[in-house]
Amino acid sequence: MTIPTSSVEQVIPGQGAMAQPDPARPAKAKRQRFRFIANKKAFTGVVVLGLYILFAIIGPWVAPYDPDARSEDLVQPPSGAHWLGTTHLGQDVLSQILDGTRTVMVVGLAAGAMATILSVLIGVTAGYLGGGWDDSLSALSNVFLVIPALPLIIIVTAAAPSGGAVLVALIIGFTSWAWNARVLRAQTLSLRRRDYIEASRANGEKTWRIILFEILPNLTAIIASGFVGTVIFAVTSEITLAFIGIGADSGWNWGTILFWAQSQQALAQGAWWWFVPAGLAIAFLGTALSLINFGIDEFVSPRLRSAGKTKVKTASGRTVRMRVGFTPVLSNSSAPHTHAKPIPAVTTAAATPVLKKEGSQ
Amino acid sequence: MKYLIQRILFYVFTAWAAITLNFFIPRMIPGDPVKALLSRFQGQMSSDAIESLYILFGLDKDKSLWQQYLDYWVQLFHGDLGLSFTAFPSPVSEVISDALPWTLGLVGVTTIISFFLGTGLGVLAGWRRGSWVDGLLPATTFLSSVPYFWLGLLAIFLLAGPDSFFPSSGGYEPGLVPAWDQYFIPSALQHSLLPALTILISSVSGWILSMRNMMVTVSAEDYITVAHAKGLSDRRVALSYAARNALLPNVSGFALSLGFIVGGTLLVEIVFSYPGLGFLLFRAVTAKDYPLMQGIFLVITISVLVANLIADIAYLLLDPRTRKEG
Repeated sequence: MTIPTSSVEQVIPGQGAMAQPDPARPAKAKRQRFRFIANKKAFTGVVVLGLYILFAIIGPWVAPYDPDARSEDLVQPPSGAHWLGTTHLGQDVLSQILDGTRTVMVVGLAAGAMATILSVLIGVTAGYLGGGWDDSLSALSNVFLVIPALPLIIIVTAAAPSGGAVLVALIIGFTSWAWNARVLRAQTLSLRRRDYIEASRANGEKTWRIILFEILPNLTAIIASGFVGTVIFAVTSEITLAFIGIGADSGWNWGTILFWAQSQQALAQGAWWWFVPAGLAIAFLGTALSLINFGIDEFVSPRLRSAGKTKVKTASGRTVRMRVGFTPVLSNSSAPHTHAKPIPAVTTAAATPVLKKEGSQ
Repeated sequence: MKYLIQRILFYVFTAWAAITLNFFIPRMIPGDPVKALLSRFQGQMSSDAIESLYILFGLDKDKSLWQQYLDYWVQLFHGDLGLSFTAFPSPVSEVISDALPWTLGLVGVTTIISFFLGTGLGVLAGWRRGSWVDGLLPATTFLSSVPYFWLGLLAIFLLAGPDSFFPSSGGYEPGLVPAWDQYFIPSALQHSLLPALTILISSVSGWILSMRNMMVTVSAEDYITVAHAKGLSDRRVALSYAARNALLPNVSGFALSLGFIVGGTLLVEIVFSYPGLGFLLFRAVTAKDYPLMQGIFLVITISVLVANLIADIAYLLLDPRTRKEG
């Protein structure tokens, strides 16, 4: 009943091919802990995400106006008084966005956390215990994977009208764990057969101890990337729900702003300031999270890093393109069969220049 | 063959799970909004229609849950999804079958174009790592983070207008009657251009990225080196050796992300007031038309399952390993 997982786990960006975790960490593990941040993409992502979290905390206090307060300035373009213009009721758009940041972030992170916990529970259990547990849990996650999530979220939220942001987070969390569970199961399956796990089992370690202390630490990267991916999904779903007018009767969020912009004909009035900032806010948050995910991916699988300059000029004036899987053989000697010079400064990730030894062919 | 049967069994199981979910969700609604609607339309409904709504939403409290469940299945097999309140007095099945072709046309065509376009660009980006195509990656990341519907809003704002070629809403000119003739088809095509473009732009990036990553992984395989060593042209190695092998996981990824894509396109329909299932779902949600909502969810889920099955068959044709077991 399962699709062969070996190939599938590499498909979706952010859940990409995971390198074999190295059980024997180098001695200076502590100094390398933040090496992940040194990745330019991940660093940008973390900084932007930090800004969003900051505004989620202080947003409602630094907002220049009460987001609900009406004024005489109806549908005004951006000005000194209203940096991002006003709505059809004269409400300040900037204040609405700042005020909405908190709801968006809280729902996104809460739903992401819940989906991650569910996926770890289900995925690792299925992968480690195997047998009947594996069959039934895999079937469960495959079912949730195939049923289109957004329509399901919409009808469940519409059926439970009296809930606030918490309920929305719960519903999104409950419907979006399946992909991560699947990836985690596949990775657990492969970890389970490693020697060090066999060794701890032979030593008589208890199952819960093996799972918690031997397996989970080696799944950290996958869990983190799954969490980030789910947060992206949760934020988009939450904003979508608000945009179609359900599940967000409490407080502002960016979807509510878009809902009013759409229903009050902002497009026909040319009121771009009403819907562009909210959309950009979503897009930048999503981009930041994706960048963090690329960072995690490239951290564990260096092959995926974008190569720098790959074209190299040889001494004879020909250009050679460095490629993964190719090992250009360069020689210091002026042997007649090659005119290439050693180029140690080339920054390709995987193509390693090898200095040819004299006399060897 | 064994593989195919397994997949079919799985989809049957999933369909059962979805229908069962659909059975339980309205029964968890606090209060009885359907009953309130029923009493509003009391005089205008036939007793048959009321009876079918009673079965669908479990309003008959005397019956056991199991009995309700059996009745529900019997009714589904008759194709009876109850009456729609927004399109009163049309039955839900009729309203949905009017909207379904629009969605199938728009989503089907754009999804297939986007898959092939994205996969092609991904092959290029993965093979020529470090060339200009890598510069597209940040842009595509940004585009895939934008919600589909916001891109639609932007497209309407920038491209559509009173005297623009692109209409901003609807599926065809208001005066026309849907038919296969020279007036209706061009108009329908013209109306679908902008929504299709929106879906294309936001969905293509995912394919580019996954195909690129697969290409990068595959390029390191030994058989690629062998192909190069044999002196085959770069193009042949890229297409017949690397791309062919990188394509498989992308096809199974295609099947898995269908549900997600369908969710996104429903929203594009809402923005463009396109007369498909998404817009219908939106109207049902705003009017609290529960029978219509449930019906749409069911139809969308079943369509996605069928599409998945088709993708699985394509996978079967592409991957000889799945055929081997006989």
